[in-house]
Amino acid sequence: MPRAKLAGLLLFFLGPAVAIYTLFSIYPLVATMALSTYTSDPSGARSFVGLANFETLLGDALWSKPFWNAFSNNLIFFAVHMCVQNPIGIALAGLLSLPGLRLKGFYRTVMFLPTMLSVVIVGFSWNLILSPLWGVAAGALKAVGLGSLFAPWLGLESSALVTLSLISVWQFVGIPMMLIYAALLNIPEELIDAARVDGLGHFRIFFHIKLPLVLPTISLVSVLTFVANFNAFDLIYSVKGALAGPNFATDILGTFFYRTFFGNQLQLGNPTMGSAVATVMFFIILVGLCLYLFLVQRRIRRYAF
Amino acid sequence: MRRTFKAAIGAEVATLALLAGLASAQAGSLKIESWRNDDADIWNSKIIPAFNKHYPDIKIEFAPSAPKEYNAALNARLDGGTAGDLITCRPFDASLALYQKHQLDAVDGLKGMDNFSDVAKAAWQTDDGKTTFCVPIASVIAGFIYNKEAFAKVGVSEPKTLEEFHAVLEKLKKDGTYVPLVMGTADQWEAATMGFQNIGPDYWKGETGRANLIAGKEKLTDPQYVAVFKEIASWAPYLGSGFQAQTYADSQNLFSLGKGAIYAAGSWDISTFRGQAKFAMGAFPPPQPAGTTDCYISDHTDIAMGVNAASKNKEDAKKFLEWLTTPEFATIYANALPGFFSLAKSPVKVEDDVAATMVGWRQTCKSTIRNSYQILSRGTPNLENELWNVSAQVVNGKLTPDAAGKQLQDGLDKWYKPAK
Repeated sequence: MPRAKLAGLLLFFLGPAVAIYTLFSIYPLVATMALSTYTSDPSGARSFVGLANFETLLGDALWSKPFWNAFSNNLIFFAVHMCVQNPIGIALAGLLSLPGLRLKGFYRTVMFLPTMLSVVIVGFSWNLILSPLWGVAAGALKAVGLGSLFAPWLGLESSALVTLSLISVWQFVGIPMMLIYAALLNIPEELIDAARVDGLGHFRIFFHIKLPLVLPTISLVSVLTFVANFNAFDLIYSVKGALAGPNFATDILGTFFYRTFFGNQLQLGNPTMGSAVATVMFFIILVGLCLYLFLVQRRIRRYAF
Repeated sequence: MRRTFKAAIGAEVATLALLAGLASAQAGSLKIESWRNDDADIWNSKIIPAFNKHYPDIKIEFAPSAPKEYNAALNARLDGGTAGDLITCRPFDASLALYQKHQLDAVDGLKGMDNFSDVAKAAWQTDDGKTTFCVPIASVIAGFIYNKEAFAKVGVSEPKTLEEFHAVLEKLKKDGTYVPLVMGTADQWEAATMGFQNIGPDYWKGETGRANLIAGKEKLTDPQYVAVFKEIASWAPYLGSGFQAQTYADSQNLFSLGKGAIYAAGSWDISTFRGQAKFAMGAFPPPQPAGTTDCYISDHTDIAMGVNAASKNKEDAKKFLEWLTTPEFATIYANALPGFFSLAKSPVKVEDDVAATMVGWRQTCKSTIRNSYQILSRGTPNLENELWNVSAQVVNGKLTPDAAGKQLQDGLDKWYKPAK
């Protein structure tokens, strides 16, 4: 193929994607980083300050305290997803892929349904379910004799964050389930049959044959979870507001960023400081991804059949 | 390839031209930015038609955002040049910042501005009081709304002093039919606005205390402020079960369904309750702490309207603002939205009885505005945000009243250095 024609083809097929990606993803990212090196005065005029915003953010207790609080809450948020969402996703996918299971399509749809709901609806519904005033949670617990365990979970510092994490798990468990389910379906029947001929039961087939084969997918799911969790914002905002109460117990990097960039009630937005927060968030995610790529991804062996 | 590129540019140009055409077609009409999306009906069915009787040619579109997002959305639209012609103004710094960024015009020259007192205009003036940039519309008053049936059943009457207030709460609690006091802490601002700022003015003597706080002559660790926190901390046993997770909407529902007896209220709740509650309601001002004689109420200047400095249709926008200064508008507004009280000097007859009761407190008590609003929420940490957080924690029993005062004052000391 002549060079010019190849270039033309490349431009034709890749051009639109590159253009759109640059315009809506790369340019805003670079602009955000640029903005984080400025500061603005009351009249709106901006002046260059270099890395001063980052020094304030990480060095001044006024900023670093809420920042690290948000960061550690984010880690908890992520940990709950890793420990609850992904194992449940794997288990559900394993059950769905069992041969001879009836109503497969129905289960699949039901379990994937919450993922397609708007976060605002999810937040609102769970707010109602868990409400100490009209929620069904208190009654349901009482019915099985555990009424004393009920507490206003969303309102207590000790439990609000974990409760919100579990709501998010409930909503998004369909995604790991579907991805892992698809990977399980890709495993050739001969392998399973051979295992069965060797006398293995469902459990051992799953743990010794299927699970190792879907490990690459599981690690992909983990990294998707990581990125989504460190970018999370909407659920907390819709349930707890930008102040992420009580006493910032549910504040994560997303809400901290929102409060800084756009302001809250009488607090005016501070776009330059907000950009600094966004930039730090970007680097946290970047470092996480790099660790994953170098430590995990390179060691994963993929099986081709 | 090149031809495709040219065609793309052609399409682009055509789109731009189309957009430009649309933009120019809008001249002659006005768009109002507001956070009052609850009131869209009233604007469209009552206020705008009344204005159109005088100016039938001016088309007005009321385009509100959700209250939570208003500041962020408005700032983004103003910076991007797509904001409406008329801007509903939040009090104090949020609007002052817009004026300083030259996004709002001064309105001093408007006809009818003399229908507002200096206090009414203070929330939308530069710090020196020389320039006003929004036309005051309404204030909201805080107090307590109660269920008359509940009071009759338990056999209590409106409490005048805090002692009586606690006696009423105690009786209601013993009776057990109603949640004695309806207030939640999940949204945090209820505890600050309907708790701390509601009963506080009696303790810090309204405007006197507010001015002293700004001047640095009083501190939030002083006994009069800590006492307010002590009082709201004592409310916890009378709140609904699980009040830590009770949102503002929950509170409104709890009261309007007739399950609560006393509701820590802002007057803006009246119109909501009118639509939902089936029982007779009354209102009483914050009960007096022991040893005080004068009474103070939080009569907070809340809504105003200004003109977008980048508007293409300032002439018509000014006509609308001038109409906002008239007694005609004040009467329509105050009665369409009972609980939003006109700031105009001209007398306005309020027909709703609860709203009339609340606005009547202006005759016997001295008005003040929320003390965190002017100047004191300018820095980081933001006093208003802090107040939400600590008030909710005090009611939740997670922070002592003394520690609450200390946290607020420490935060303020970090950036606010008043001339002493």
